[in-house]
Amino acid sequence: MSDSRSDILALAEERKALSVEAPASGLRRRWQVLLWSTLGPIAAILAAFVVSGLMLLVAGFDPLFAFATLLRGAFGDLRVISEVLLQATPLMLIGVGLAVAFRSNIWNIGAEGQFYAGAVLSTIAGIYLGMLPAVVLVPLVLVLGFVGGALWGVLAGWFKVRFGASEIVTTIMLNYVAIIGTGYLVTGPMIEQAGTYPQTAKVAEAARLYRFLPPTRLHIGFLLALVFAVIVYVLLFKTSTGYAIRAAGHNQTAARYAGIDVERTVLLAMGISGGAAGLAGAIQVSGLTFRLYQQISPGYGFTGIAVALLAGNHPLGVILSALLFGALRSGSEVMQISAKIPSVLVFVVQGLVILSVVSYGVYQMKLFGRLRVAKEG
Amino acid sequence: MSDDVILRMENMVKTFPGVVANAGINLEVRRGEIHCLLGENGAGKTVLMSTLYGLYHADAGSIIYKGQPVQIRSPKDAIRQRIGMVHQHFMLVPTLTVAENLILGQYRYWQRLSQMERAKAEIRRLGEEFGLRIDPDAVVGRLSVGEQQRVEILKALYHGIDLLILDEPTAVLTPQETSQLLGFLRELADKGLTIIFITHKLEEVMQVSDRVTVLRDGKDVATLNTAETSPRELARLMVGRDVLMEMPERQGEPGEVVLAVQDLCVENERGLRVVDGVSFEVREREIVGIAGVAGNGQSELALALAGLMPIHSGEVRLNGQVLREWTPRQVSQLGLAHVPEDRHGMAIILPFSVSNNFVIHSFGDEPFSRHGFLNFSRIREYAQRLVREYDVRLVSVDDPISSLSGGNQQKVVVARELNREPRLLLVNQPTRGIDIGATEFVRQRILAQRDRGSAVLLISTELEEIFHLSDRILVMYEGKIVGEVPPDRSLLDKIGLMMAGHRAEA
Repeated sequence: MSDSRSDILALAEERKALSVEAPASGLRRRWQVLLWSTLGPIAAILAAFVVSGLMLLVAGFDPLFAFATLLRGAFGDLRVISEVLLQATPLMLIGVGLAVAFRSNIWNIGAEGQFYAGAVLSTIAGIYLGMLPAVVLVPLVLVLGFVGGALWGVLAGWFKVRFGASEIVTTIMLNYVAIIGTGYLVTGPMIEQAGTYPQTAKVAEAARLYRFLPPTRLHIGFLLALVFAVIVYVLLFKTSTGYAIRAAGHNQTAARYAGIDVERTVLLAMGISGGAAGLAGAIQVSGLTFRLYQQISPGYGFTGIAVALLAGNHPLGVILSALLFGALRSGSEVMQISAKIPSVLVFVVQGLVILSVVSYGVYQMKLFGRLRVAKEG
Repeated sequence: MSDDVILRMENMVKTFPGVVANAGINLEVRRGEIHCLLGENGAGKTVLMSTLYGLYHADAGSIIYKGQPVQIRSPKDAIRQRIGMVHQHFMLVPTLTVAENLILGQYRYWQRLSQMERAKAEIRRLGEEFGLRIDPDAVVGRLSVGEQQRVEILKALYHGIDLLILDEPTAVLTPQETSQLLGFLRELADKGLTIIFITHKLEEVMQVSDRVTVLRDGKDVATLNTAETSPRELARLMVGRDVLMEMPERQGEPGEVVLAVQDLCVENERGLRVVDGVSFEVREREIVGIAGVAGNGQSELALALAGLMPIHSGEVRLNGQVLREWTPRQVSQLGLAHVPEDRHGMAIILPFSVSNNFVIHSFGDEPFSRHGFLNFSRIREYAQRLVREYDVRLVSVDDPISSLSGGNQQKVVVARELNREPRLLLVNQPTRGIDIGATEFVRQRILAQRDRGSAVLLISTELEEIFHLSDRILVMYEGKIVGEVPPDRSLLDKIGLMMAGHRAEA
């Protein structure tokens, strides 16, 4: 191992060793971290807008008008803002969950499938247990959503622990199982009475989440997502369980040496991240759609990866990055309708923003890895 | 005299943000000598030589080489000035042959074929001349570390150099390889090559050099003729105070058996039997040293005892308890503390803070956790106490441990493990890559732990360390224990032979 490393690295190490004596380094490092972690993403987003603006121009559209409608679509009025928050809700839950997985060095690409697994289980409860009162049914629906996603996640974790199967492969495969399985359920066993559309019946009134800001559709699921992010933050950084998860993520060998049950942390991290995605599915059904259908997630599970990465896998950072992605999603829908931009180009704009922030994240990890670790507990 | 001087560096200053690495160093090197640059880690040795080789640019100072002031802006300039440097970490392409590595990046592609033949001939010629035989067609990745280092030196010689810089060349070598290297360097110097040898090992200075310059805190404190100095004087100059070279005698006799190993076999992932029927005992108040060239099963023996590698067959009793399926947690509950060989890979979590690294085993227990929540103030207090007790140099225990020097990181590990009051202390290469001050400190703590009644199993590839600390020495070769000897320095030759595979005669 050591002989493949360049001597420049060795020199850097010597420099690092020397710099311990520098008294100002701690404070300066903190400032650098703060500066780079705020200015960086903003610059990345601006760069994406410049590039996509050029593309819109080439395609014969007025980029300024397009972006103005995008902004109006994201922040125009209360209704629009509430839609942004609704869009951000599943992304926030999924992103927070993925942050846990990524921090323990597990590449869970299966949030999409875990979202479906949670949605299926909570829909079943919401439809068939409609006789229960809301105070029982709503929590039950949410818990079952979490359990469904968690089981789906733990399954992939178990494959990894038991057989050494790459979680990247297994979680992607389980996505297909969950999505196609849902397709089967909503076209067959669970199809609504009328039977015209491939969708289930609506869940019982008692299974639906309270909408606290009428006439908007904003429901308490959004607040739950915020609370969830804080809980996961506390779990990761303030508890011994979080210590074990992060230790195993940084250095599995050292974690084993320290007596941490690394297999357990893998299952736990997959459980939490799957559960978060499943909870997102449950909230989507009980708060917004009230029923299950084939395309209930427009790729939340995949966007969630970018949400988590953009936030540097920090649960509180995920709140902000989920709001950004929510705004982008909402705004670009309006851009598509009002500015008559073809959907393909809208996807290009979205894709460029995501691409630039994610590649900024990777770049930052490479360049400021040392600065970023300063934030680590 | 000045004709003799090939290199003079005057008042060299190099600062990094917040740190002065070189604070006005003067160095004078004579033609055809081996000149050691001695100093602790962080004394500025490597920075000074990297400046000479064009990797850094000095803030102030002048370099006079062969009587001319020179500006060396890059390694290319250095090579043009016929200066070569062998780094601590090799710069070779493992999938290419020796000859291919030598001509890599040197010639236009139509010249390569003819140059290849020239390179091969040159390798053979150098091999004849210095008795260092290397097959020019051997693939570098298949060579041993010592051989790879010879390829690095060959590469420098092939460019045609008058001055060779070696940065801690023995750090990666076995004792045999080290003595081969030192002999070879002597021959090179006799043929007129000037060599600057960076090291922090006193024995090497005494063995190989003509003159030595000692650096401390970015300044040169003395330049001495090696023949006129002693290890004790060098150690004092290097550390800035007197260093205890001899270790105190053991207090009391060994007590009960703590660790009993019977016919232990361990297989690696490829199914090779790397520990092959090993039996020994370690008692209370006793240090058993395991000597051997790296890669003869010592690492796997340590990992198996610590519960980090499965035991294939045989029996291990710790405190009288026999366990087949050890987990690190069970082993440590039975009183084993383990200072692993691989500091960065196993002993610490680099991005974690110093204080978090102190509780790596115990973060989940009272008082560091209550009801599952970490108690940061308790963890910090505990870390601060050990930092004081073990003289760890740092700014704050909240800083990541990666910001500490290797010696201070090792002090953290040793402090953490010793403070667990172990029945059995397993230490593997406890002083590798750390400076002499920290080495002395760590060794004394290990001895103190023995005197407090612990059984200590010490694994080290440094014979000097084994002799220093052990009460009994076991020699390992190809997974077997080939003999036991008392720590008597007159038996050095015998141990050397045993390490090379010769069985001890009954």
